[in-house]
Amino acid sequence: MTNKAPRTLPRKSATLDDYTLSEIRRAASTGIYDIRGGGAKRQLPHFDDLLFLGASMSRYPLEGYRERCGTEVTLGTRFATKPIQLDIPITIAGMSFGSLSGQAKESLGRGANIAGTSTTTGDGGMTPEERGHSKLLVYQYLPSRYGMNPDDLRKADAIEIVVGQGAKPGGGGMLLGQKISDRVAQMRSLPKGIDQRSACRHPDWTGPDDLEIKILELREITNWEKPIYIKVGGARPYYDTALAVKAGADVIVVDGMQGGTAATQEVFIEHVGQPTLACIRPAVQALKDMDMHRKVQLIVSGGIRNGADVAKAMALGADAVSIGSAALVALGDNHPDLEEEYQKLGTTAGAYDDWHEGLDPAGITTQDPALAARLDPEVAGRRLANYLKVMTLEAQTIARACGKNHVHNLEPDDLVALTVESAAMAGVPLSGTSWIPGQND
Amino acid sequence: MSTLDLQTLGLRAINSQLNTSDVASGSSWEITEPQGQHAIACGLQSDIKVDIRGHVGFYCAGMNQKADVTVHGHAGVGLAENMMSGQVRVTGNASQAAGATAHGGLLVIEGDASSRCGISMKGIDIVVGGSVGHMSAFMAQSGNLVVCGDAGEALGDSIYEARLFVRGTVENLGADCIEKPMTDEHIKTVDDLLKKAGIDADAKDFKRYGSARQLYNFDIDNAGAY
Repeated sequence: MTNKAPRTLPRKSATLDDYTLSEIRRAASTGIYDIRGGGAKRQLPHFDDLLFLGASMSRYPLEGYRERCGTEVTLGTRFATKPIQLDIPITIAGMSFGSLSGQAKESLGRGANIAGTSTTTGDGGMTPEERGHSKLLVYQYLPSRYGMNPDDLRKADAIEIVVGQGAKPGGGGMLLGQKISDRVAQMRSLPKGIDQRSACRHPDWTGPDDLEIKILELREITNWEKPIYIKVGGARPYYDTALAVKAGADVIVVDGMQGGTAATQEVFIEHVGQPTLACIRPAVQALKDMDMHRKVQLIVSGGIRNGADVAKAMALGADAVSIGSAALVALGDNHPDLEEEYQKLGTTAGAYDDWHEGLDPAGITTQDPALAARLDPEVAGRRLANYLKVMTLEAQTIARACGKNHVHNLEPDDLVALTVESAAMAGVPLSGTSWIPGQND
Repeated sequence: MSTLDLQTLGLRAINSQLNTSDVASGSSWEITEPQGQHAIACGLQSDIKVDIRGHVGFYCAGMNQKADVTVHGHAGVGLAENMMSGQVRVTGNASQAAGATAHGGLLVIEGDASSRCGISMKGIDIVVGGSVGHMSAFMAQSGNLVVCGDAGEALGDSIYEARLFVRGTVENLGADCIEKPMTDEHIKTVDDLLKKAGIDADAKDFKRYGSARQLYNFDIDNAGAY
């Protein structure tokens, strides 16, 4: 023991943590906000905070691998004369040619075909390759209307009117100039190499009353055949769902803040919108209040990763889910085999999100022909199909354990929550109690 | 000319009739009693002529391809939105977002157009006999907008490569939109469009506006303009 006064250990601020400090330095150095791809990375209440109860004295389980557990889903039964029939309740979310390479879009189509589900266009329109490789293709109708034409509208199997997305409810988009190849520029009727801004709201309608008329126009142009989806970001899911029903949607897509984007400000991704888990119960409640649950189908997206997430979304009342970021990972995005190249880009496998820069070593979020050529659409499509099948098997496994012969028969009674927050958001009891915060206290 | 009475037949029947694969090329149709209904004659795909006798609601002649549609009255929001080709004419005024996002063809508005005329236009030619409202040609990508009267606030805000020609006054220009010289080529362009539109005006009286191209790639020093 000495007489020297002991010093406390160096202590970093929880508020000004290492990431925050690096962001302050980056902002001070560059003078521009941080832009990246993907969805919210912060810790959020999510499906992991829910558990299934499984069968017990009061529930019979179904025999795995022997007793059927259905996964098929029909989307667009309200008004469309040609609803979409899917084998599995997992669809591929809208991602544009432009943000993704042609090979990546083809891979998504091939994988979706094998698994018996749909894929979706994105900002920039429909490419012939995408249509050719996608048995079921949903055509996004976006504020920018880049590449929008009525011929493609008629070629689509469904139309998704994008009001917003989970990564940036209320925000538009920006495809930076470095990804604007000759073909992307031509499709979007803009010069090569310039930033392409996508408007945050549609140019010819504002509000649900106008949207109802817009939907009438789209139905008239497509002979009332195509299911019309309305996609909203996770902002006000109860009212957004109710107003989408009122506007005449066949299908509503609710995208929580974990849902990815091709390129948006970090501050937008992390600070605007609600977690996916918090969006489902209000959206389902709106449908029930309007006697539209299962009549207008609900697709939930944003952070869906495995069959458990699928089953939990179903149990909370969704008809299907949609995946984007996870599908890209299945194709090969952020693969550890590419670590050396990620290091050269100043990042690491699992964290690469500078999709807007067009330098993706996996050949997915790029327009560089040499990088894009690295992705073999047949191989990548097969990987996606495998992943979709695994997710489906996992969801079936859980549904059977809960005694359900279809994933749509899962229900909130099959769930409990691990945290007070998730119990309140999902509207299911806190584990070990009968307490649903906000409902019976 | 075949006459279709909208109040008798209904919207679906009329649009179906005009969109059947066996509709005769070059045939003429007249729609009576439109009574302001929406989505009349939208999505046409054939080189037919359609005369609508009365006022129409939203999205009349939306996404038009090849057809020649004339509204003998006034038009609601989104007239000829996303038109690809052909011609659409309104003898009266047009509401907001006329010609929005349209890729081609000619839109003639003999009266005035409200706000956001030509918003996000992608190649269409628009000739307005009267004036246009605020935010017209917002984010306009390509094509020509000819305004024989005046233009409201923020004309051509965030414009890309579209060309704007205004004979009267411009209340003010939007971000990155500037006045540019009228060359002989531009005078000829305006003159040709006026003739096609059947509007009597002297192309030399117009001023040209277009993009300063300062916002084409993000620069923090331009942040105030975004």
